[in-house]
Amino acid sequence: MSTSAIAIPSRPVEGNHFARILAKEVRYECVKMLRTRAFSLSVLGFPIMFYLLFGASNRHTEFARYLMASYACMGTVSACLFGIGMGISMERAMGWLELKLASPMPRVAYLVAKIAGSAAFALVIQAVLMLLAVTVGQTHVTPMEALRLTGTVLVGILPFSAMGLLIAVAVPANSAPGIINLIYLPMSFASGFWMPITYLPHWLQKFAPVLPTYHLAQLALGTIGMAQPGGGAQHLQVLAGYTLVLFGAAWMIFSRQEAKA
Amino acid sequence: MSTFPAVFGSAIDSAAGSRGSSKLVARLHSVSKRYGDVQALDDFSFQLAPGEVVALLGPNGAGKTTAVRLLLGLIAPSSGSVRILGRDPREFETRTRIGAMLQVGRVPEVLRVRELIDMFRTYYPSPMSVPEIIRIARLKDIEDREYGKLSGGQKQRTLFALALCGNPGLILLDEPTVSMDIESRRGLWEQVRLLAAEGRTVLLTTHYLEEADSLASRVVVMNKGKMICEGTPAEIRRSISGRRIRCVTRLGLDFLEGLPTVTQVKQDREAVVVTAEAAEDVVREMLVCDRSLSGLEISSPALEDAFLALTTQA
Repeated sequence: MSTSAIAIPSRPVEGNHFARILAKEVRYECVKMLRTRAFSLSVLGFPIMFYLLFGASNRHTEFARYLMASYACMGTVSACLFGIGMGISMERAMGWLELKLASPMPRVAYLVAKIAGSAAFALVIQAVLMLLAVTVGQTHVTPMEALRLTGTVLVGILPFSAMGLLIAVAVPANSAPGIINLIYLPMSFASGFWMPITYLPHWLQKFAPVLPTYHLAQLALGTIGMAQPGGGAQHLQVLAGYTLVLFGAAWMIFSRQEAKA
Repeated sequence: MSTFPAVFGSAIDSAAGSRGSSKLVARLHSVSKRYGDVQALDDFSFQLAPGEVVALLGPNGAGKTTAVRLLLGLIAPSSGSVRILGRDPREFETRTRIGAMLQVGRVPEVLRVRELIDMFRTYYPSPMSVPEIIRIARLKDIEDREYGKLSGGQKQRTLFALALCGNPGLILLDEPTVSMDIESRRGLWEQVRLLAAEGRTVLLTTHYLEEADSLASRVVVMNKGKMICEGTPAEIRRSISGRRIRCVTRLGLDFLEGLPTVTQVKQDREAVVVTAEAAEDVVREMLVCDRSLSGLEISSPALEDAFLALTTQA
């Protein structure tokens, strides 16, 4: 009788098994990201290149520290938007994601692995920037500051992973790179990633607090004591709000697409 | 994904004596699937018994891939039910027993064959051993190559390997030999036969008649979301009889259609193709009526013709 072969499963995926799948997924996600030159070179390369250009020419000044923090934000945002936004978008369009979904792989593992991969990249960028700040920028970074900056990067992963996810489900795969660049570049600029927003035109300064990147930058700058006045708690709240709204929107759109499929 | 009610359900199902359906590996029951204006499947029913090799045969747009997607639980039917081993295909437990080879546009190009297999094997509680997978999918010397650097046939073999990772009892192959060269195609057919000989159930979709003919114990011909007919490959071929006469002739189409036992007359560029039961009599008549007749060829109907005739009638 065929039913004797079907044991009653206690839980769809057991803890151990799930952990193993997750570990493998994260590992191969990182492998993929590293081997994809276009991704790794640009996401790692741009903040480093910008720091070598602008940080070096401002060595010994506070600006060298400013740029270390702001470019760490840039790295975080681009790792998430490109890693998750473009990554998931492309894998969906190719039919690869469908093949994985047809297998017993838990969906959560896929999503968490993608986020973990982007986080790993963001942390590497931050570490390199800190190194550059100390060497090329000839400034100092205290261990406490380094730790707090790491914490900020990790906090920043959440809202921008959510943004990446929303882009992946809402935007057709072909337009994804274009849309991401269109969103990411102006947003970063207006949030003070390149220069403090006090140097930007007034109307832009008024607009900046709408952007999640502004709040991330402020948190990052806060770790080295260079933030605008106003509490860190407020920035955390805005980022948390963005995370919820963006994840929610992505979930809604995804569910609607599933229902139609 | 609460599994308790589902297991309970299937236990009752078989206990209540629906022995017939609990023995089936897969069952699509009066399934319809609509995408906006397009009716991908229209009241389609289909059963798969253990150990069978069944081919879903049909032109593009027939609904074959939709049927496979339903069986994999990737989409839900607009109406009707889908059961794999008596259960919902979306359950984790069900997924561990199936392997699938889909028409994937691109696989992450930078991952190596070995790594892809490793990744997929982790999903299953009791996967097939790596050497076994490599052997069956014939990937022996290319394990360390990146997927993007493989040829079309090698890529298909890699996808085939991924379908085998879970040591599945049911294997679904969606157009498995597309873009394969002849050698790879025959190699895959050989492996499918061996898998079937091990007692695994195989469902494949194809628009290559030779493939269905060569592999399947049963063929289901589909078009426009409906089943056209079903039977062994020989039965399908027998349902269209007559032979094919091709020649260049001055004789008019109407005249040719009027000849005894002629079932079809078609213009084929400069020549005419006549399908007739009693081919010799028809040829004799044509030769008498047209002394300038040339380029004469007589052949058994290609499966293409049988297939086209079946699917255009419906």
